[in-house]
Amino acid sequence: MDALLLSRLQFAFVIAYHILFPAFTIGLASYLAVLEGLWLVTGRERFRTLYRFWLRIFAVSFGMGVVSGIVMSFQFGTNWARLSTAAGPILGPLLSYEVLTAFFLEAGFLGIMLFGWNKVGKGLHYFATCMVALGTLLSTFWIISANSWMQTPDGFALIDGKFVPVDWWRIVFNPSFPYRLAHMVLAAYLTTGMAVAGCAAWLLLKRRAIEESRTMLLMAVGLAAVLAPLQMVAGDASGLAVGRFQPAKLAALEARWETAKRVPLTLFGLPNAETERTDYAIEVPVLGSIILTHDPDGEVKGLKDFPRSERPPVWIVFWSFRIMVAMGLLMLAVGLVGGALALAGRLGTSRWFHRLCLVAAPSGFIAVVMGWVTAEVGRQPYVIYGQMRTADAVTPFLPAGSVLTTLLLFIVSYAIVFTAGAYYMFRLLQRGPEAPPDGADHPAKTARRPLSMPEGAPS
Amino acid sequence: MSIDLPLIWAGIIVVGVFMYVLLDGFDLGIGILFPFAPDDAARDKMMNSVAPIWDGNETWLVLGGAGLLAAFPAAYSIILSALYLPLIVMLLGLTFRGVAFEFRFKANTSRYLWDRSFQFGSLIATFTQGVVLGAFVQGFHHDGITHTGGPFDWLTPFALMTGVALVAGYALLGATWLVMKTEGALQAWARKVSVTLLIAVTIFIAVVSLWVPFLETDIFQRWFTWPNLLYLSPVPLAVLVLFLYLVRALRRDDTHVQPFVLTLGLFALSYLGLGISLWPNVVPPNLSIWTASSPPESQGFLLWGAVFIVPMVIGYTGYSYWIFRGKVADDGYHH
Repeated sequence: MDALLLSRLQFAFVIAYHILFPAFTIGLASYLAVLEGLWLVTGRERFRTLYRFWLRIFAVSFGMGVVSGIVMSFQFGTNWARLSTAAGPILGPLLSYEVLTAFFLEAGFLGIMLFGWNKVGKGLHYFATCMVALGTLLSTFWIISANSWMQTPDGFALIDGKFVPVDWWRIVFNPSFPYRLAHMVLAAYLTTGMAVAGCAAWLLLKRRAIEESRTMLLMAVGLAAVLAPLQMVAGDASGLAVGRFQPAKLAALEARWETAKRVPLTLFGLPNAETERTDYAIEVPVLGSIILTHDPDGEVKGLKDFPRSERPPVWIVFWSFRIMVAMGLLMLAVGLVGGALALAGRLGTSRWFHRLCLVAAPSGFIAVVMGWVTAEVGRQPYVIYGQMRTADAVTPFLPAGSVLTTLLLFIVSYAIVFTAGAYYMFRLLQRGPEAPPDGADHPAKTARRPLSMPEGAPS
Repeated sequence: MSIDLPLIWAGIIVVGVFMYVLLDGFDLGIGILFPFAPDDAARDKMMNSVAPIWDGNETWLVLGGAGLLAAFPAAYSIILSALYLPLIVMLLGLTFRGVAFEFRFKANTSRYLWDRSFQFGSLIATFTQGVVLGAFVQGFHHDGITHTGGPFDWLTPFALMTGVALVAGYALLGATWLVMKTEGALQAWARKVSVTLLIAVTIFIAVVSLWVPFLETDIFQRWFTWPNLLYLSPVPLAVLVLFLYLVRALRRDDTHVQPFVLTLGLFALSYLGLGISLWPNVVPPNLSIWTASSPPESQGFLLWGAVFIVPMVIGYTGYSYWIFRGKVADDGYHH
């Protein structure tokens, strides 16, 4: 294996690992702001209990997001030096604005949010929660802008092999940015919603923390009922944008080989890049054109219109896209069925629905990772679409041995950290919002209480 | 256009990296001192003294990285490629110590493992940062804007020495931080440790000061030719004065903030000394800030952020420090 392939594997591994945490914390930060706001307005203890319950989980997830995020900010230079030299003038300022407007805001107020209960007043504490939530959204704004610019570059001039900014407005608000931002924010909210619903459902199945869990389930299902249909619209808009700006990607994710009108929708199939056909395809006539172009007679470009050297790996994006859509439909089902149950007043008692929620709990995470795989693999062989190939972006003179060593280090380290983090989060979830005082399950610790994120009842 | 954007950006990045060194320096120092603490209660307290702020401290490192990419992309590419292995080991060190803040207090039987994770993570991150610093001062092989050296060029006696030196330096920052933030037995212990560390750090400063000029004839001439010798003599003299003040402050029992502030001064002077040696190169020995700079359109666009947002960042970060001011209480930051 060469340094290029290893660097790609390393980047894919590190970023796929990282995205799990922001995807969860973006939604969770907003959820916490809503819970604390409801507590302040209604004064109902239930909201504070829930706030404190989710805050502990947020703290663990956020910490893991921070440490894996620091790694990301160095990977561009270590493994992708040529990309950094050429596109640093554009990507650098976007990422720097993310640090300035988002990371500092989150970090500055996170301390108050986690440790400030007794140090500041209620109003200021709520302000801190809101600032952390705002920070996560600003971070999404900038990172999606940077990534979208690499998908649909605009507002630049190519001078001596360097991307020189010409119009920052067109760079930040590049053609695919609005659709992709909406798609990602909705995805993050839905990810959190599904996790919250899954947790509530599990507690209800165990007949624990009934009141709190019903509140959680209602809030999560309500969110999914509104946002899952909206996500369909956002995803559709994003798809249309892909068709317009990255036709080879669209052809790959539909495994469409021939350019044609009235194309079918392939539900299942095994795309074969060698024979340029999709084996065992199960297709629905005309539906492809209707979805992809909003016109039964619409024309969809096929991969054969592009030289083989310009095509992304079809098999990966065809399947990652389908898994993402399947997860989206599952979330839609949870939202709509749950919404109907809620209207009928049976949300808290329908145990079969609780089981469905439990199954759907990880659907958001799967959808987010699969969505990113679709977006990132789909733009290959380019790192900056149509402008710079991934093969030309890698660090020159980078020995494969170095990359292999660090890739293995990352895999081992992240496996340890992820396993531990997931274990602690699950344990917190299992304990539920009506957590017994921390000392109850671990008496030795009561004297000098855990002081990172307290696990006991508020003092 | 009359404003020298690369110069301004060099200044911003120099200040940003310095902020990182000072701020993450003391909380990494806490990790280095961790295994030597008198008892487990002291360890809880040490960790609590930095738990609400470490995340913000590390954000300066991310700003340094992103800012360098934005303002000097060629330097970012060369330096990060050249330091590939130590940097990634540093990042993993930061990972293991960062998660320990949360995991340690969630763990029951495995708690000691996260103590180790915090301790070795901090130690490794600091040592590799020192190695990175030493390697940076020594300079890199590059052909224009491409790194052409080997994967182990950074591995030199000088870089290993600066690695150890930084461990002592961050430990001193951490120890004087504890003098400021704690009381009683822990404070007395921190005071004692600070004296030992101060002596070690001062010796390292002397060694680095005498070694660096012999790495490059340009650096030698900068320091040791007349009249530069006269102009620059206040730097080592100030180090000496600070050292004496620090010794005095640490030997008294009623100083709290003073040792930490004086240590910050010691770091500032060392940093200034290195700056004088390397100026105006962003990639030593010979890639200047003007050659490595990104186009003015990039530097200008980001300057707005630096001018308007950085003061806000410093404002609310300072406010957060203010909220958690004073000695760490026995029960820590209970809710």
